[in-house]
Amino acid sequence: MAIWEEKYECCPREELEQLQLERLQSSLNRAYKNVSFYRKIFDDKKIVPEDISSLEQFKSLPFTTRKDLQDNYPYGLFAVPLREVVRIHTTTETIDTPTVIGYTRNDLKNWGILVARFLMAGGVTHDDVIQISFHYGLFTGAFGLHAGAERIGASVIPASSEHTDRQIRIMQDYRTTVLVSTPSFALILAERLNALGINPKMLTLKKGLFGGELWSERVRREIEERLFIDAFDNYGVSELMGPGIAGECAAKDGLHIFEDHFFPEIIDPKTGALLAPGQTGELVLTTLSREAFPLLRYRTGDITSLDYTPCACGRTLVRMKRIMGRVDDIIIVKGVNVVPEQIEKVLKEIEGCEPQYQITVTREQYRDILEVQVAVSENIFFDEMKRQRMLLEQIRNALIHRLGIKVQVKLVERKTLEEHLKQSGKVIDKRQL
Amino acid sequence: MLRLQNVNTYYGEIHVLRNITLHIEEGEIVSLIGANGAGKTTLLNTISGIITARSGQILYQGKDLTRKSPDRIVKLGIAQVPEGRQIFNPLSVIDNLKLGSYVRYRRDGSKKIQRDIEEIFSLFPILQERQHQLAGTLSGGEQQMLAIGRALMCRPKILLLDEPSMGLAPLVVSEIFKTIARLRAVNRTTIFLVEQNARAALKLSDRGYVMETGKIMFEADAADLLENKEVQRAYLGKEKKPIWE
Repeated sequence: MAIWEEKYECCPREELEQLQLERLQSSLNRAYKNVSFYRKIFDDKKIVPEDISSLEQFKSLPFTTRKDLQDNYPYGLFAVPLREVVRIHTTTETIDTPTVIGYTRNDLKNWGILVARFLMAGGVTHDDVIQISFHYGLFTGAFGLHAGAERIGASVIPASSEHTDRQIRIMQDYRTTVLVSTPSFALILAERLNALGINPKMLTLKKGLFGGELWSERVRREIEERLFIDAFDNYGVSELMGPGIAGECAAKDGLHIFEDHFFPEIIDPKTGALLAPGQTGELVLTTLSREAFPLLRYRTGDITSLDYTPCACGRTLVRMKRIMGRVDDIIIVKGVNVVPEQIEKVLKEIEGCEPQYQITVTREQYRDILEVQVAVSENIFFDEMKRQRMLLEQIRNALIHRLGIKVQVKLVERKTLEEHLKQSGKVIDKRQL
Repeated sequence: MLRLQNVNTYYGEIHVLRNITLHIEEGEIVSLIGANGAGKTTLLNTISGIITARSGQILYQGKDLTRKSPDRIVKLGIAQVPEGRQIFNPLSVIDNLKLGSYVRYRRDGSKKIQRDIEEIFSLFPILQERQHQLAGTLSGGEQQMLAIGRALMCRPKILLLDEPSMGLAPLVVSEIFKTIARLRAVNRTTIFLVEQNARAALKLSDRGYVMETGKIMFEADAADLLENKEVQRAYLGKEKKPIWE
């Protein structure tokens, strides 16, 4: 299968490391010069950025965390003046201060190139008709895939978050060959096709490139068998760019990280210590080419491991395992990152005291359902049905408003909830991913 | 082909180059741009061995050049065209060219050398016309052509060009740049170009590095550097208009 940028994707390791060191050093110099946050950290710790002389030495620098990004909301970490930024996105987190991500013209160009790399690795060509069923908005997913698909020269249909039936209609009439969506949407689609009595074999669909949420080999098999397509995984982190950080090749044995633009490390999420290749831990990434929004040693919160052995496809880029989970309790529901603290905050505002709650995520008919159980005092629970219903309504509306996704709310007795919390913790994910 | 890793160079106590890491692939034209005093010429002089790096490595086709003398480095195939041309004014054009072949005169013999001189003449016809004239009487542009021709006479694999456009009229500059492009296209000579005229240099190059006070600030494709606003502001003379904020 063709390779989009053979020069970089199949670069011998020694040459790649030379390039990584060059880009790392210049990124450090730029971050120090242009981002006061980094300058302060370096000065405080008496680190001179130009003294970093190896990739190994770089691995001793401090991490950048999600909290750092929040503290510098909105533009604090930009390395260029706003007038040089040509695009602004935000992360999918449902918190009051999302991360604001800026792109220069070159950043957008590189984004398109990197997405084109994994599209081509999945066998997409300029003859394909790509239906992008990610929501076009502040989130990075749709626009990233869009840029890459256009760069390859495929015909792009920005189907966005149109209703499923319309998506199917588009798929049939416009003869879509490649579907880009979340894996769960692919299954919803399969389900709906079944209900409508449409045989997926009659569609022109050949491939699917899925991302935006956790999924598994089992889900991949299910998608492939039900839609009769080849399904590929890709990985992105909005804070660093969006999709285009890593993607699967035809071997479907790990996602190649585009190491000439992102430098990966795996750490122990508890101690921050570096782990050896092959060990499972938290993925830490550093941007090597970003102009507007450089991040050094950013803790992604995603759990995976790295494999440096050669791949059958000929790419020399390291492969990461499919993401196995999160180190924090962020839950990804319908492609949206839900942070439990946010739910806690809403409840606190309504109840006026420290709330007790439990979050359960389930999947029914391939749709994610987020349920929040909230403890209420016993007198409300037994005596005042009307007040109880009003409270329920109030909490539900507030959560939907704040999170942007549908939420089911249940009021339970404090004692019962305490039992539940003891048994299974604050967040339960019952989905079989 | 050429690879620098964490090269540090000092003038006495002054730390001029700070952990310079860069590479040049075979057949590439790579530009190094930066303001006056950034350390660009020092970097070229360090590669060609005129100044010895205090630490770091310079690898050329896998061989370590760091402690080698300038004449050894020329023999290995790296020739520098110095800033301000530095041709031998009291010698004739043809003698200047012959001196360029000094390192291989014994090995290759005068027949081969003569053929190469013909080649230089076909590259720069004006030099043929003036071959018996004293070099000091040539115009600036002709002197630059002679300096390049002299460096080519040792049949280098990499040509290090230091400010070839300095002090030349715009028309002559474009002539020189065209020649550089032709050198790569015809002879497959790898070129490392240091230039104040950043736009012209980047337009000609595959990749570029931006240097600032002895540090590398950017490594990118030349086209990307031309698009980069920070580079435009500092080195390409764009955005001079007053900004309303």
